Amino acid sequence: MMDLVTVWACLLGLVFILYVVLDGFSLGVGLLFPSARSEHERDLMMNSIAPVWDANQTWLVLGAGAVFAAFPGVYGVLFPALYIPLVTLLFGLIFRGVTFEFRANATRKQLWNRAFFIGSLIAVVSQGLTLGGVISGTTVMEGQFAGGSFDWLTPFSVAVGIALVAGYVLLGATYLIIKTSGRVQERAYRQAFWSAIIVLGFQILVTIWTPLHYPKVWATWINPPRIYFIWMFPAMGLTAFFGLLISLKARCEILPFIFTVILFLAGYLGLVTSLYPHAVPPTITFREAAAQKETLQLALWGVLIVLPVVLAYTLYSYSVFRGKVQEGEYHY
Amino acid sequence: MDALLLSRIQFAVTTLFHILFPTLTIGLSLYLVVVELLWLRTKQEIYYRMYRFWVKIFAINFAIGAVSGVVLEFEFGTNFSRFSQAVANVFSPLLAFEVLTAFFLEAGFLGIMIFGWTKVRREIHFLATCLVSFGTLLSSFWILAANSWMQTPAGFEWVNGKFMVKDFMAAIFNPSMHTRIGHMVVASFETSVFVVAGISAYFLLKGRHLDFFRRSLGIALAMAALFAPLQIFWGDRSGLNVYRHQPAKLAAIEAHWETNTTGGAPYIIVALPNAKEERNLFEIKIPHGLSLLVTHSLNGQVKGLKEFPPQDRPNVLVLFWSFRFMVAIGFLFLLVMSWAALLWRKGKLYTYRPFLWALVIVHPLGFLATELGWITTEMGRQPWIVYNVMRTSEGISPIPAGNVLWSLGLFVVVLPAIGAIYFYYLLKALRRGPDLSSPIPSIQRPIGMQVLSGTDMK
Repeated sequence: MMDLVTVWACLLGLVFILYVVLDGFSLGVGLLFPSARSEHERDLMMNSIAPVWDANQTWLVLGAGAVFAAFPGVYGVLFPALYIPLVTLLFGLIFRGVTFEFRANATRKQLWNRAFFIGSLIAVVSQGLTLGGVISGTTVMEGQFAGGSFDWLTPFSVAVGIALVAGYVLLGATYLIIKTSGRVQERAYRQAFWSAIIVLGFQILVTIWTPLHYPKVWATWINPPRIYFIWMFPAMGLTAFFGLLISLKARCEILPFIFTVILFLAGYLGLVTSLYPHAVPPTITFREAAAQKETLQLALWGVLIVLPVVLAYTLYSYSVFRGKVQEGEYHY
Repeated sequence: MDALLLSRIQFAVTTLFHILFPTLTIGLSLYLVVVELLWLRTKQEIYYRMYRFWVKIFAINFAIGAVSGVVLEFEFGTNFSRFSQAVANVFSPLLAFEVLTAFFLEAGFLGIMIFGWTKVRREIHFLATCLVSFGTLLSSFWILAANSWMQTPAGFEWVNGKFMVKDFMAAIFNPSMHTRIGHMVVASFETSVFVVAGISAYFLLKGRHLDFFRRSLGIALAMAALFAPLQIFWGDRSGLNVYRHQPAKLAAIEAHWETNTTGGAPYIIVALPNAKEERNLFEIKIPHGLSLLVTHSLNGQVKGLKEFPPQDRPNVLVLFWSFRFMVAIGFLFLLVMSWAALLWRKGKLYTYRPFLWALVIVHPLGFLATELGWITTEMGRQPWIVYNVMRTSEGISPIPAGNVLWSLGLFVVVLPAIGAIYFYYLLKALRRGPDLSSPIPSIQRPIGMQVLSGTDMK
């Protein structure tokens, strides 16, 4: 029987991977925006995510809310520590978000085409810097952040920032393969291929770099219990990578996206199992950061009752807008 | 400038910007529910056209509300991390429930509401509108429950500098929660229907799409006739609640310095409060007024501000005036609605030009009243972040002021720019007027639909 803290750590993991995949492809489409050749193609790309981007982004808000509720010791330490990348992320999301409406109402769309790309890029890079900053470690004294404003900025976090750009491009391209046809789709196949190569390169780099950067990780890898299963994640990642390349070559439409998700999942699971039980590496564990039992219980009841409903109508909403996106479809 | 002051300013700037958008989202979604219900029941094409016109404004407004709201969810952690860690046990589940029950509902069905015309049947579309509207209400419920808890905390134990939960129901349904939800939700409804009324009145004055905007105005005014008096009721309830639970705030709002030991407390209509000298430099007052208002008796005792040590008092000057302007707008709306009632009896509601001009002039004032209300209630909570338990200065993040100065500088530039662009595209969409000719998707067309009459097509 798992205890409350473990359940909450898993739930949080679920919320964040859902965010990464769902907003990952939305942001990825934004990153690919400059590759479109005409206003018509840009309309198609934008329309492919217009009905769903807001719901996708909401997973990040839930993530922040869930950290606050379940692990206030994480929320109260990491958020001030990562002040600059997090606020930058917010500005990126603001630019990206307002563009949908502003571009739809504009006659001259050039400015908003650019804002959409730049907003997405800022959001993705700052997410990568945030993640890299968390892994790099945070200075904590007596349960409070006690480091400097730029502690998160390391060569490692910059590498993660660039890696995430490639990763989200891959998600965006494989999503566009599902939602479009013709030239946009053909280009997405090529974009997916090249970004997949880069993603694999970064995953190998990060896998080697993490234990060097963070020696304790190496010790946990080569000792029980992790030594029994830690190898599964690179194996899973490599399998997904080759599956992805084959499915791209065969011009499959759905499979490349699924393999990409598995590739992300492999990297993500490898990362969290390496860091667990630390929530704020290298010091604070999930247990130390957790809220009181009654709070965890109440919030868990809320999640158990509401989250299935949310997932059900999210699936319904996706099914309403399934199929290839058409030009001029989403005018209002 | 220190991180505390800068963080407070930043939170104020981002909140005051953000709240403008949900205010319209909450009210306009209800208006859209009414319009779409009319479309379903009467099958008159004009209601479909009305929905498509007003939903444009709704959509652009919603997007800005959504992205600016994310900022607030992060600011508790980035700027007020000590507060966050202290209150998380009680406070944070309410925010998490807001995301879980409200944000997903709104975001999930907004897509169908705006883009779903060719995809779903009309009943499903109506359901989507209702769910989005319901989502905005759920969101108000949770966020006001959380905010009210900071004003009138309940259901907790204060242990080693942390709030521990004793009773969640008591924390959620804390003493000021009911009145504050009522007050804010009705503020949103009232503000929104006055916005619709003002825009419609403008088109009527310009002689464009008369039938279309008469109906829009008629529905808006019918709703305003309900909300304008209702808001006075909620305002009164809120005042009584503040008197009971936040006496220092009430004394500051009323610039009431001395507790009345003999006789009634006067109601001060106009004054120039001076916090340093602890008196009003100038005042016009109604004898016994304040006692009557908050205790419902001629000589009821009302605590004066001097009962509280100076470091526990909120800013009297700001509270006194922000409160008065808010109340003035509430009564102005009531006055406009009384005028509307008179004109309606004479059958001149849609044609009497001075009245239509009055609607155009007053229509944005609801936003101002809402902002002033939030300024009153939040600045009235100071110097506490959790009323009478934790000071704002104890809740701040351990970060240098430079960080906050940087982000505040960006917000001060970016938010007004986005506001201005929003306004520009809003006016552009309005200027184009309603689209009365593009074909209705076949899946939306009911059997026996009453098509638009020719007079409105010009």
